[in-house]
Amino acid sequence: MKVLLRNPRREIEVEGGHSVDRLLDDLGLSREAHLVIRNGTLVPGDARLDDGDTVEVRPVISGGAA
Amino acid sequence: MTAAASKCRVCKGPAVIDLPRHNAKFCAEHLQQLCRRQMAKAIDDFDMLSPADRILVAVSGGKDSLAVWDMLIEAGYQADGLYIGLGIGEYSTDSGGYVQRFADERGLHLITIDLRDDYGFDVPTAARATKRVPCSACGLSKRRLFDKAALDGGYDVLVTGHNLDDEAAVLFGNTLRWDIEYLARQLPVLPAGNGFPKKVKPLVRLTEREMAAWCLVRGIDYVVEECPIAAGNRHLSYKESLNAVEAKSPGAKASFYLGFLERMAPLLAGMSAAATGELNDCDRCGSPTTGDVCAFCRLVEKSSAHEPVPVEMLLTRGGKVRR
Repeated sequence: MKVLLRNPRREIEVEGGHSVDRLLDDLGLSREAHLVIRNGTLVPGDARLDDGDTVEVRPVISGGAA
Repeated sequence: MTAAASKCRVCKGPAVIDLPRHNAKFCAEHLQQLCRRQMAKAIDDFDMLSPADRILVAVSGGKDSLAVWDMLIEAGYQADGLYIGLGIGEYSTDSGGYVQRFADERGLHLITIDLRDDYGFDVPTAARATKRVPCSACGLSKRRLFDKAALDGGYDVLVTGHNLDDEAAVLFGNTLRWDIEYLARQLPVLPAGNGFPKKVKPLVRLTEREMAAWCLVRGIDYVVEECPIAAGNRHLSYKESLNAVEAKSPGAKASFYLGFLERMAPLLAGMSAAATGELNDCDRCGSPTTGDVCAFCRLVEKSSAHEPVPVEMLLTRGGKVRR
Protein backbone atom coordinates (compact mmCIF):
# COMPACT_ATOMS: atom_id res chain seq x y z
CA MET A 1 0.00 0.00 0.00
CA LYS A 2 1.03 3.61 -0.53
CA VAL A 3 1.85 5.58 2.61
CA LEU A 4 2.20 9.37 2.52
CA LEU A 5 4.56 10.82 5.11
CA ARG A 6 5.06 14.52 5.93
CA ASN A 7 7.84 16.83 6.98
CA PRO A 8 9.26 16.30 4.45
CA ARG A 9 6.42 15.17 2.22
CA ARG A 10 7.23 11.79 0.65
CA GLU A 11 5.53 8.54 -0.33
CA ILE A 12 6.67 5.03 0.54
CA GLU A 13 5.37 1.56 -0.29
CA VAL A 14 4.59 -0.67 2.71
CA GLU A 15 3.16 -4.18 2.87
CA GLY A 16 -0.44 -4.22 4.12
CA GLY A 17 -2.21 -6.61 6.49
CA HIS A 18 -1.25 -4.92 9.74
CA SER A 19 -2.80 -2.47 12.17
CA VAL A 20 -2.29 1.32 12.32
CA ASP A 21 -0.35 0.92 15.57
CA ARG A 22 1.92 -1.68 13.95
CA LEU A 23 2.59 0.66 11.02
CA LEU A 24 3.57 3.50 13.36
CA ASP A 25 5.77 1.17 15.41
CA ASP A 26 7.47 -0.17 12.27
CA LEU A 27 8.14 3.37 11.10
CA GLY A 28 9.45 4.35 14.55
CA LEU A 29 6.78 7.04 14.96
CA SER A 30 5.10 8.08 18.20
CA ARG A 31 1.38 7.23 18.42
CA GLU A 32 0.88 10.35 20.53
CA ALA A 33 2.34 12.55 17.80
CA HIS A 34 0.57 11.18 14.70
CA LEU A 35 -2.81 10.50 13.18
CA VAL A 36 -3.45 7.97 10.43
CA ILE A 37 -5.88 8.57 7.59
CA ARG A 38 -7.00 5.54 5.56
CA ASN A 39 -8.64 6.22 2.19
CA GLY A 40 -9.52 9.74 3.33
CA THR A 41 -10.93 8.78 6.73
CA LEU A 42 -9.33 9.07 10.18
CA VAL A 43 -8.89 5.62 11.77
CA PRO A 44 -7.91 4.40 15.27
CA GLY A 45 -4.84 2.39 16.21
CA ASP A 46 -6.40 -1.04 15.85
CA ALA A 47 -7.77 -0.39 12.35
CA ARG A 48 -6.37 -2.78 9.75
CA LEU A 49 -4.50 -1.45 6.74
CA ASP A 50 -4.59 -3.55 3.56
CA ASP A 51 -2.60 -3.57 0.36
CA GLY A 52 -5.17 -1.63 -1.66
CA ASP A 53 -5.42 1.20 0.88
CA THR A 54 -4.05 4.70 0.49
CA VAL A 55 -2.69 5.82 3.84
CA GLU A 56 -1.47 9.16 5.18
CA VAL A 57 0.54 9.39 8.38
CA ARG A 58 0.04 12.94 9.59
CA PRO A 59 2.28 14.44 12.28
CA VAL A 60 0.50 16.65 14.79
CA ILE A 61 3.38 18.25 16.67
CA SER A 62 3.87 21.83 15.66
CA GLY A 63 5.15 25.16 16.62
CA GLY A 64 7.87 27.30 17.98
CA ALA A 65 7.90 28.47 21.54
CA ALA A 66 6.00 31.67 20.78
CA MET B 1 -11.09 -4.81 1.87
CA THR B 2 -10.60 -3.44 5.36
CA ALA B 3 -11.67 -5.10 8.58
CA ALA B 4 -14.02 -3.32 10.96
CA ALA B 5 -12.19 -1.46 13.70
CA SER B 6 -13.20 -0.73 17.26
CA LYS B 7 -16.22 1.13 18.51
CA CYS B 8 -16.98 4.55 19.96
CA ARG B 9 -17.30 4.49 23.75
CA VAL B 10 -20.45 6.63 23.61
CA CYS B 11 -22.53 5.35 20.68
CA LYS B 12 -20.79 2.08 19.73
CA GLY B 13 -20.48 3.34 16.14
CA PRO B 14 -17.17 2.97 14.25
CA ALA B 15 -14.39 4.80 16.10
CA VAL B 16 -12.05 7.18 14.28
CA ILE B 17 -9.57 7.78 17.09
CA ASP B 18 -8.29 6.23 20.28
CA LEU B 19 -7.40 8.55 23.14
CA PRO B 20 -5.38 6.59 25.70
CA ARG B 21 -5.56 9.42 28.27
CA HIS B 22 -9.33 8.94 28.33
CA ASN B 23 -8.94 5.16 28.00
CA ALA B 24 -11.48 5.31 25.18
CA LYS B 25 -12.15 5.48 21.46
CA PHE B 26 -14.54 7.91 19.82
CA CYS B 27 -16.44 8.33 16.56
CA ALA B 28 -16.22 11.67 14.73
CA GLU B 29 -19.38 13.04 16.38
CA HIS B 30 -18.38 12.15 19.92
CA LEU B 31 -14.80 13.28 19.42
CA GLN B 32 -16.28 16.70 18.65
CA GLN B 33 -18.50 16.48 21.72
CA LEU B 34 -15.45 15.75 23.87
CA CYS B 35 -13.55 18.70 22.39
CA ARG B 36 -16.49 21.08 22.87
CA ARG B 37 -16.87 20.01 26.50
CA GLN B 38 -13.17 20.34 27.24
CA MET B 39 -13.05 23.84 25.75
CA ALA B 40 -16.21 24.87 27.60
CA LYS B 41 -14.75 23.57 30.87
CA ALA B 42 -11.54 25.56 30.35
CA ILE B 43 -13.54 28.71 29.56
CA ASP B 44 -15.72 28.24 32.64
CA ASP B 45 -13.01 27.12 35.06
CA PHE B 46 -10.75 30.07 34.28
CA ASP B 47 -13.44 32.67 33.50
CA MET B 48 -11.98 33.20 30.04
CA LEU B 49 -14.87 34.57 27.99
CA SER B 50 -18.32 36.09 28.29
CA PRO B 51 -20.99 35.62 25.63
CA ALA B 52 -20.97 39.34 24.76
CA ASP B 53 -17.19 39.64 24.41
CA ARG B 54 -15.70 40.87 21.15
CA ILE B 55 -12.95 38.32 20.56
CA LEU B 56 -9.85 38.50 18.40
CA VAL B 57 -8.35 35.11 17.51
CA ALA B 58 -4.69 35.00 16.50
CA VAL B 59 -4.58 32.59 13.55
CA SER B 60 -1.51 31.12 11.86
CA GLY B 61 -3.03 28.70 9.34
CA GLY B 62 -2.13 25.78 11.60
CA LYS B 63 -4.56 23.31 13.13
CA ASP B 64 -4.83 24.80 16.61
CA SER B 65 -5.67 28.39 15.76
CA LEU B 66 -8.13 27.45 13.02
CA ALA B 67 -9.71 24.87 15.32
CA VAL B 68 -10.20 27.33 18.18
CA TRP B 69 -11.66 29.93 15.82
CA ASP B 70 -14.04 27.27 14.44
CA MET B 71 -15.00 26.07 17.93
CA LEU B 72 -15.67 29.59 19.22
CA ILE B 73 -17.83 30.50 16.24
CA GLU B 74 -19.71 27.21 16.56
CA ALA B 75 -20.28 27.95 20.26
CA GLY B 76 -21.85 31.30 19.35
CA TYR B 77 -19.05 33.71 20.23
CA GLN B 78 -18.30 36.83 18.16
CA ALA B 79 -14.76 36.22 16.97
CA ASP B 80 -12.65 37.94 14.32
CA GLY B 81 -9.31 36.60 13.11
CA LEU B 82 -5.85 38.16 13.04
CA TYR B 83 -3.15 36.83 10.73
CA ILE B 84 0.44 38.07 10.68
CA GLY B 85 2.48 37.49 7.54
CA LEU B 86 5.92 36.58 8.89
CA GLY B 87 7.80 36.47 5.58
CA ILE B 88 9.04 32.88 5.99
CA GLY B 89 9.10 32.14 2.26
CA GLU B 90 6.57 29.71 0.78
CA TYR B 91 5.58 28.56 4.26
CA SER B 92 4.09 31.98 5.02
CA THR B 93 2.46 32.25 1.60
CA ASP B 94 0.79 28.87 2.08
CA SER B 95 -0.22 29.58 5.70
CA GLY B 96 -1.85 32.87 4.76
CA GLY B 97 -3.79 31.10 2.01
CA TYR B 98 -5.25 28.57 4.44
CA VAL B 99 -6.34 31.33 6.82
CA GLN B 100 -7.90 33.44 4.07
CA ARG B 101 -9.85 30.48 2.65
CA PHE B 102 -11.08 29.49 6.12
CA ALA B 103 -12.36 33.03 6.73
CA ASP B 104 -13.85 33.45 3.24
CA GLU B 105 -15.70 30.12 3.32
CA ARG B 106 -17.35 31.04 6.63
CA GLY B 107 -17.87 34.74 6.02
CA LEU B 108 -15.62 35.67 8.96
CA HIS B 109 -13.74 38.93 9.39
CA LEU B 110 -9.97 38.60 9.09
CA ILE B 111 -7.41 41.29 9.92
CA THR B 112 -4.08 40.86 8.17
CA ILE B 113 -0.74 42.43 9.12
CA ASP B 114 2.38 41.87 7.04
CA LEU B 115 5.72 42.31 8.80
CA ARG B 116 7.56 43.26 5.60
CA ASP B 117 4.92 45.64 4.23
CA ASP B 118 3.91 47.20 7.55
CA TYR B 119 7.15 47.16 9.55
CA GLY B 120 9.91 46.82 6.95
CA PHE B 121 11.29 43.42 7.96
CA ASP B 122 10.49 39.71 8.13
CA VAL B 123 11.37 36.93 10.57
CA PRO B 124 14.46 35.59 8.74
CA THR B 125 15.86 39.12 8.54
CA ALA B 126 15.03 39.85 12.18
CA ALA B 127 16.75 36.65 13.28
CA ARG B 128 19.91 37.55 11.38
CA ALA B 129 19.86 41.25 12.30
CA THR B 130 19.33 40.72 16.03
CA LYS B 131 21.28 37.44 16.31
CA ARG B 132 18.21 35.95 18.00
CA VAL B 133 17.12 32.40 17.22
CA PRO B 134 14.31 32.67 14.63
CA CYS B 135 11.57 31.43 16.99
CA SER B 136 12.52 34.13 19.49
CA ALA B 137 12.32 36.94 16.91
CA CYS B 138 9.06 35.49 15.61
CA GLY B 139 7.48 35.11 19.05
CA LEU B 140 8.45 38.60 20.14
CA SER B 141 6.98 40.14 16.98
CA LYS B 142 3.77 38.13 17.15
CA ARG B 143 3.13 38.83 20.82
CA ARG B 144 3.55 42.57 20.38
CA LEU B 145 1.42 42.77 17.24
CA PHE B 146 -1.30 40.57 18.73
CA ASP B 147 -1.48 42.88 21.76
CA LYS B 148 -1.50 46.03 19.63
CA ALA B 149 -4.18 44.76 17.25
CA ALA B 150 -6.42 43.70 20.14
CA LEU B 151 -6.08 47.06 21.90
CA ASP B 152 -6.35 49.17 18.72
CA GLY B 153 -9.41 47.22 17.59
CA GLY B 154 -11.19 47.60 20.92
CA TYR B 155 -11.45 43.85 21.43
CA ASP B 156 -12.32 42.54 24.89
CA VAL B 157 -10.03 39.57 24.68
CA LEU B 158 -7.30 38.02 22.56
CA VAL B 159 -7.52 34.25 22.01
CA THR B 160 -4.58 32.07 21.03
CA GLY B 161 -4.60 28.41 20.01
CA HIS B 162 -2.09 27.20 22.58
CA ASN B 163 -3.01 23.64 23.50
CA LEU B 164 -2.14 21.24 26.32
CA ASP B 165 1.04 20.06 24.55
CA ASP B 166 2.23 23.64 24.03
CA GLU B 167 1.63 24.58 27.65
CA ALA B 168 3.11 21.38 29.05
CA ALA B 169 6.25 21.84 26.91
CA VAL B 170 6.68 25.46 28.02
CA LEU B 171 6.11 24.43 31.64
CA PHE B 172 8.69 21.66 31.25
CA GLY B 173 11.26 24.15 29.92
CA ASN B 174 10.51 26.75 32.58
CA THR B 175 10.75 24.10 35.28
CA LEU B 176 14.07 22.76 34.01
CA ARG B 177 15.43 26.28 34.43
CA TRP B 178 13.34 27.08 37.54
CA ASP B 179 12.46 30.32 35.78
CA ILE B 180 10.14 31.80 38.41
CA GLU B 181 9.30 34.89 36.35
CA TYR B 182 8.02 32.79 33.44
CA LEU B 183 6.42 30.18 35.69
CA ALA B 184 4.50 32.90 37.52
CA ARG B 185 2.86 34.13 34.34
CA GLN B 186 2.30 30.81 32.61
CA LEU B 187 -1.44 31.00 33.08
CA PRO B 188 -4.32 30.24 30.69
CA VAL B 189 -5.75 33.71 31.38
CA LEU B 190 -3.74 36.90 31.60
CA PRO B 191 -5.93 39.81 32.68
CA ALA B 192 -6.03 43.14 30.88
CA GLY B 193 -3.94 45.91 32.37
CA ASN B 194 -0.49 47.50 32.33
CA GLY B 195 -0.95 48.13 28.59
CA PHE B 196 -1.81 44.50 27.79
CA PRO B 197 -5.13 43.14 26.52
CA LYS B 198 -6.81 40.20 28.25
CA LYS B 199 -5.33 37.01 26.74
CA VAL B 200 -6.82 33.54 27.00
CA LYS B 201 -6.04 30.00 25.84
CA PRO B 202 -9.27 27.98 25.52
CA LEU B 203 -7.51 24.83 24.25
CA VAL B 204 -5.37 24.15 27.32
CA ARG B 205 -7.36 21.00 28.15
CA LEU B 206 -6.96 19.57 24.62
CA THR B 207 -3.92 17.92 23.03
CA GLU B 208 -2.61 18.78 19.62
CA ARG B 209 -3.51 15.29 18.40
CA GLU B 210 -7.11 16.00 19.40
CA MET B 211 -6.99 19.37 17.63
CA ALA B 212 -5.61 17.84 14.43
CA ALA B 213 -8.40 15.26 14.63
CA TRP B 214 -10.97 18.05 15.13
CA CYS B 215 -9.78 19.67 11.92
CA LEU B 216 -9.88 16.39 10.01
CA VAL B 217 -13.41 15.44 11.03
CA ARG B 218 -14.64 19.01 10.49
CA GLY B 219 -13.07 19.24 7.02
CA ILE B 220 -10.78 22.13 7.97
CA ASP B 221 -7.75 22.44 5.69
CA TYR B 222 -4.69 23.66 7.53
CA VAL B 223 -0.98 23.89 6.89
CA VAL B 224 0.44 20.47 7.84
CA GLU B 225 4.04 21.22 6.97
CA GLU B 226 6.16 22.43 9.87
CA CYS B 227 7.70 25.89 9.81
CA PRO B 228 11.10 25.31 8.15
CA ILE B 229 12.95 27.37 10.71
CA ALA B 230 11.19 25.94 13.77
CA ALA B 231 12.42 22.43 12.96
CA GLY B 232 14.68 21.05 15.66
CA ASN B 233 14.03 23.82 18.19
CA ARG B 234 14.13 23.16 21.92
CA HIS B 235 10.37 23.49 22.34
CA LEU B 236 9.81 20.61 19.91
CA SER B 237 12.34 18.45 21.74
CA TYR B 238 10.44 19.06 25.00
CA LYS B 239 7.24 17.92 23.28
CA GLU B 240 8.92 14.74 22.10
CA SER B 241 10.21 14.05 25.59
CA LEU B 242 6.78 14.56 27.13
CA ASN B 243 5.19 12.35 24.49
CA ALA B 244 7.64 9.58 25.42
CA VAL B 245 6.41 9.90 29.03
CA GLU B 246 2.78 10.04 27.86
CA ALA B 247 3.21 6.81 25.89
CA LYS B 248 4.16 5.01 29.13
CA SER B 249 1.74 6.93 31.37
CA PRO B 250 -1.34 8.15 29.49
CA GLY B 251 -2.61 11.36 31.07
CA ALA B 252 0.83 12.45 32.30
CA LYS B 253 0.86 15.68 30.27
CA ALA B 254 -2.55 16.74 31.54
CA SER B 255 -1.60 15.85 35.10
CA PHE B 256 1.67 17.81 34.83
CA TYR B 257 0.13 21.00 33.43
CA LEU B 258 -3.31 21.03 35.02
CA GLY B 259 -1.77 20.01 38.35
CA PHE B 260 0.60 22.97 38.05
CA LEU B 261 -2.35 25.32 37.51
CA GLU B 262 -4.25 23.89 40.45
CA ARG B 263 -1.50 23.49 43.02
CA MET B 264 1.62 25.43 42.02
CA ALA B 265 0.42 28.54 40.16
CA PRO B 266 -1.42 29.91 43.25
CA LEU B 267 1.86 29.80 45.19
CA LEU B 268 3.58 31.85 42.48
CA ALA B 269 0.83 34.47 42.16
CA GLY B 270 2.17 38.02 42.19
CA MET B 271 5.77 37.05 41.43
CA SER B 272 5.95 38.22 37.77
CA ALA B 273 7.09 41.73 36.77
CA ALA B 274 3.65 42.53 35.34
CA ALA B 275 2.00 41.55 38.61
CA THR B 276 4.41 43.54 40.75
CA GLY B 277 4.05 46.66 38.59
CA GLU B 278 7.73 46.81 37.57
CA LEU B 279 6.95 47.94 34.03
CA ASN B 280 7.58 51.27 32.30
CA ASP B 281 6.19 52.73 29.09
CA CYS B 282 8.48 52.28 26.08
CA ASP B 283 10.01 55.65 25.13
CA ARG B 284 9.12 55.06 21.47
CA CYS B 285 5.83 53.16 21.26
CA GLY B 286 4.43 53.45 24.79
CA SER B 287 4.07 49.71 25.19
CA PRO B 288 4.89 48.15 28.56
CA THR B 289 8.53 47.21 29.04
CA THR B 290 11.01 46.60 31.82
CA GLY B 291 13.55 48.98 30.19
CA ASP B 292 13.43 52.35 28.45
CA VAL B 293 12.91 51.03 24.90
CA CYS B 294 10.94 47.83 24.44
CA ALA B 295 12.46 44.72 22.84
CA PHE B 296 10.12 44.98 19.83
CA CYS B 297 11.14 48.57 19.02
CA ARG B 298 14.80 47.55 19.26
CA LEU B 299 14.10 44.59 16.97
CA VAL B 300 12.29 46.80 14.41
CA GLU B 301 15.12 49.32 14.43
CA LYS B 302 17.80 46.72 13.72
CA SER B 303 15.78 44.55 11.36
CA SER B 304 14.28 47.24 9.14
CA ALA B 305 17.78 48.67 8.56
CA HIS B 306 19.15 45.24 7.58
CA GLU B 307 19.30 43.93 4.03
CA PRO B 308 16.48 41.37 3.53
CA VAL B 309 17.54 37.82 4.37
CA PRO B 310 15.79 35.01 2.44
CA VAL B 311 14.68 32.09 4.62
CA GLU B 312 17.02 29.76 2.71
CA MET B 313 19.98 31.62 4.17
CA LEU B 314 19.00 30.44 7.65
CA LEU B 315 19.05 26.80 6.57
CA THR B 316 22.05 24.53 6.10
CA ARG B 317 22.35 22.35 3.00
CA GLY B 318 20.72 19.56 4.97
CA GLY B 319 17.70 21.78 5.63
CA LYS B 320 18.59 22.36 9.29
CA VAL B 321 18.48 25.80 10.87
CA ARG B 322 21.72 27.60 11.58
CA ARG B 323 21.49 28.45 15.30
